[in-house]
Parts: sequence; C-alpha cells; structure tokens
Amino acid sequence: MNAINRNEQRALSRAVLEIDVANHAGVMSHVVGLFSRRAYNVEGIACLPVGDGTHSRIWLLVNEDQRLPQMIRQLEKLEDVAAVRRHHADHAVFGQLEAFFQP
Amino acid sequence: MSDQPNSTANEALTGAQITVRLLERQGVRLVTGYPGGAILPIYDALGQSTAIRHVLARHEQGAGFIAQGMARVSGEVAVCMASSGPGATNLLTAIADAKLDSIPLVAITGQVPKAMIGTDAFQEVDTYGLSLPITKHNFLVGSTEELLEIIPRAFEIAASGRPGPVLIDIPKDVQSRAIEVAAWPEPGRRVMPPPADGPALAEAASLIAGAQRPLLYLGGGVIHSGAADLAVDLAEKANLPTVMTLMALGAMPVDHPLSLGMLGMHGAPYTNLALDECDLLIAVGARFDDRATGKVAAFCPQAKIIHIDIDAAELDKIKAAHVGIVADVAEALGRLLPAVPQNPRKTWVDRINALKAAHPQPLPGLDDPRSHFGLIQAVAACLDDDAIVATDVGQHQMWAAQAYPLRRPRQWLTSGGLGTMGFGVPAAIGAALAAPERTVVCFTGDGSILMNIQELVTAAEQRANVKIVLMNNAVLGLVHQQQTLFYGQRLFASEFQAMPDFVAAARALGIAAVDLDQAANPCAALADAFARPGPCLIHAGIDAEQKVYPMVPPGAANRDMIGA
Repeated sequence: MNAINRNEQRALSRAVLEIDVANHAGVMSHVVGLFSRRAYNVEGIACLPVGDGTHSRIWLLVNEDQRLPQMIRQLEKLEDVAAVRRHHADHAVFGQLEAFFQP
Repeated sequence: MSDQPNSTANEALTGAQITVRLLERQGVRLVTGYPGGAILPIYDALGQSTAIRHVLARHEQGAGFIAQGMARVSGEVAVCMASSGPGATNLLTAIADAKLDSIPLVAITGQVPKAMIGTDAFQEVDTYGLSLPITKHNFLVGSTEELLEIIPRAFEIAASGRPGPVLIDIPKDVQSRAIEVAAWPEPGRRVMPPPADGPALAEAASLIAGAQRPLLYLGGGVIHSGAADLAVDLAEKANLPTVMTLMALGAMPVDHPLSLGMLGMHGAPYTNLALDECDLLIAVGARFDDRATGKVAAFCPQAKIIHIDIDAAELDKIKAAHVGIVADVAEALGRLLPAVPQNPRKTWVDRINALKAAHPQPLPGLDDPRSHFGLIQAVAACLDDDAIVATDVGQHQMWAAQAYPLRRPRQWLTSGGLGTMGFGVPAAIGAALAAPERTVVCFTGDGSILMNIQELVTAAEQRANVKIVLMNNAVLGLVHQQQTLFYGQRLFASEFQAMPDFVAAARALGIAAVDLDQAANPCAALADAFARPGPCLIHAGIDAEQKVYPMVPPGAANRDMIGA
C-alpha cells in the first residue's frame, strides 16, 4: 500500500483515540480486547510510558463505525483507563510513524 | 467491620496470612471454594482463621454459584476460591454468569509461582487472560506487598457502580513470602457515584407528568441498589403500570394492582400489548436485553424513553433515550419522586385493566399439583414471602417466573443474562448459608440438575435448608420446544434416552428425597417435605409436551406471541 492510498483510506472514515492508562502488563489486553471481541478491527496501535512510568498513553487508529461511541464508553469503564480523547484521523501521531511502515 | 487496629507493631506475615487477614478486615465471615496445590498456602492460613468459615464445594463451578447465592441474597460481596489451572477454568462459568447479572463477587485463584508462569507448568493456565472479558476487573498479583492494595480495591470495584465479579490471581510464591506489615489498609467499600443530574431529573418529571400512557420498566439494577420500595412509591404516586425484567421480579409484588409482571419473550400477553401502546417508557436499572425487547425496532414504537442507569455505557446502547440519567437508581428515584405530580391517570389504568382481562397469562392446570403450574402453585402454598426462590435454567425457570407469587426484592435468584444450567442447586445452597433462617426452594429440571448434582453432597454436609423441586419431563424442555415450533418438529438430542433414578441418586448423595409421582396426596407430601428441616429433593414428573407460552419467536416483535 502506498502513502497516497493510505491517506485516501484514512480520509474515508478513521478516528484516532488517545487513552491514558495505568502502566502494567495487562492493560493492552484489556483495551484491545474490548475491540477484538466485538470484531472491531484496530488499524494502528502505539503505546509508550508517560512521565514517571506509572502511566502510559495508548494511541489507537480505528475505523469510524456507528459502534464507536459505545466503544469509547466501554473504554471509559475500564478500571485502568483514566481518560479517553477522540481525535480526527488527521492527527499527527500515526502520520509520523508512517516512515517505519514502508513496504 | 474489623475490630483490629489499623496499625500494629510490625508483624511478619506471609502473603497467604495477609490475604486472610484482609478478608477478615473486610468483614467476610463465609467463603466457599475448593483447594488445590497452588492455593494451599491460603488454605493453610484460612484454616487458622477463627473468623472465617469455609464451605467446601464439590466442584469449583459449584463454589462460584454458592458465592453467587450468598451475594444475591445479601447484596454483599461474596468470596469464592479455587486453585490454578482446572480449578480456575471451572470457576469461569460462574464468574461470567455474575458479570452478566451484575453480581458482586471476589474470586481468588492460586497460580503457579511467578518464576514458572509461561513455562506450561503443572496446572498452569492463563487465568488472567481467560478471565479478562468476563470480569469487571482482574488482577495478577506481582508481589506480596501488592496484596495490601489489591484486595481492598477488589472489594471496592466489585461493590461500586454497577456491581460485578473481580478476580485476583495470586502466584504461590506471593502467597508464601513473608513481609512486615506496618499498617493495614482500610477495607474496600462501595463508593457512591455522583448524584443524578438535576435538570435531567426535572425533564424526566415533566415527561412523566405530561405522558398519557406511561410505563415503568424495572430491571435488576433496582434490586441491586435497594430501590424497589422507591420504584413502587413512584408507580403508585403517578399511577405508572409497571413491567419487570426477569432480574427485577419481586421489585413490585406480582399481585400489586399496577404490576404487569415480566415482559418480553415469555411475558404475559397483556404485558407485551401494553408496551406496544405506551407513549413513555421509564427504564430504571434495565438494559433493554433482547429477551426483554424482542425486535428492538418494534419495541415500544410510540414511546419516548427515560433511561436511568448507573452504567453510562447502557444509555443509548440499544435504544436512544430522550432523557438519559447516569446515577444510582435509588438516589435518582428518591429525587424524582417528589418532583413527579400525583396523577390518577384513570383512562390508561382502565385500559391496562381491560388488556389484563382480555389477554391474560395462560395458566392451565393451576389447580392440579401434578401439572407444571399447579406444582409451582402448590409449592408457593407451602411457603410465605420470607422464602427464597432459586431456579435453574429452562422451562421450569420460565414457568416459575410466570406463576410464582414473588413479592419482595432478593426473593428471586435466577441466572438471567448467561442462562446457565447448573446455577440453581449451588445458588440455593449459597442462599441458605447466607440466610439460614429462611427456607430456600429451588426449581430445577432433569437437564439442569445433572450439571451440578454433586453439590447435593455439599447441601447434605452443610444441612442447608434447600428444597429442590425437580420438574422432570425427561427432555431438554426449551430445546424440545424450539425444535417443535421452529425446526419442523425434528427432535434431536433433546430427549433423554436414559433417565437416572433421581430419588435414589439424591438419597445416595446424602439428602432426603420424595417422589410426588408415588404420593397419594402430592400436596400433603409437599407440605411434609417443607416441614422437615434440611435439604430435600422433591421429584415430580411433568408432561414433556407442555410449552412455555406465550413465546415471542427469537428476533420477532413482542406483539407477535405464539400461544397468547
């Protein structure tokens, strides 16, 4: 897939979620599991610790879908999730990673 | 509450001793479980506790449902325990059941030592991963120190907001290692959510005041929050005819003039027809489950919706609410009540009474104790409202929901969301342990009872006051019914070719048993069985051709009832 195609696809219907979480071994499973068990594909994932390392930030690139508001509410229910912020697909975080995903 | 001080001179205690001490400090006095290698340090410490009584189940799933019975009757967080590997996997069904019915549990499992995790060690399974989607939250404890934080937190999570099960997986070395405990944490308690939004409550009150044909729709959240009396007060003040989900039965007495009983797939004809006519639906602690709504697009098609729930994710999940209120429903109803004007609403109440008269619940054979409804009626005649009614899953469950005169919250214990066969007997034992002064009756079937029949031994050992009414039609009734109605009468794998002698089996497992089929006077035999303390199996053959009616076919609109 070339960059133009990727941009075109993103323009269709994507959203970027920014999720503040506690940093421990099970968090990613909790977050991604919410999507996978609803057969809701996550297109992109980035995660790094923030500050002193007790917390992390997860960035998810997901398809816009009528289920997305429900997914955000389910994310907000997770004990390890402190906050969820929704951004447009043109958010810079995944754009800057594209260099690492050339075929 | 604990009578121990928060800080003491430093004590060196093992993780297992800390776990038991923290349970004691939580006020836990009864736990149930099944030991095994990876949880033996905790069992060793539990054996030294003078405050906590342990009830040994005969299968981990039985332990999970015994804990559920305790939690459902008391409203308090209940604790069950199992070892690693198969012990943990056997617990999972009871945990998933608790998740779907929002029952507060803390499940503690042993795990192989940390250094062996991931090596396919003996009795190692990824309990954390397996329990992740079926718990409200779960923990894999990484160090003995963490127990001091995690255990109170688990109780807080289980009891707060929408209740649910929390699993704590504790590696064996975490249990065995000793640390110095300088100070004990406060026990974990229910944290109240923020109060309901005032303007939204005012809007709800105004919608109720202006509605011509409002209905109150109560779910299990009303039971969990202790809001049943408030819901009845609201219904009476504003003359709101009231439907209940399977989980909410007992919130309003079934013979209350405003009660329309259970809605949905096996609701009474007048109930589903009334929902079709309503112009305002006030959903309280209910989640628009598919068994309640039928085809969602055709559910209350003319109605505006007020939805009050403690779980924000339930609002707009199935049906968009015109007024959505995220709150503890008792708090919300307590503030809504004074804001809603009295209203005789005579036209609507008259219409409801006309629907009741014209489209009643069919209850054939009510006077014949050898028929399914007659048996339920005869059992109810032996008991008063103090009794607890548990069920397994199947036709007997729906018949009991339709015909048993349930009149108080926490009287009715049933597996609603997950629909787990095997729930009834252990849940009834848990209920009897939590409320030893009450009689517990468990309606079960010949399919369901076999799924946890080993717990009859537990009932015998504990002398639990459970009366198990086995409605034996020698078929898997609901499967038989669906195959008959929707699969061209092709009965397959639903008729049992071999049938155990349940009366002899019960006696062999250590409890009394009576066969109503052999009794000259079944009502007298029932009364005799209920008069004797302790566990008893009451066997009654019933007709395999009887159906649960009315029935809304899966996916159909609630107005399209078979057998109405």
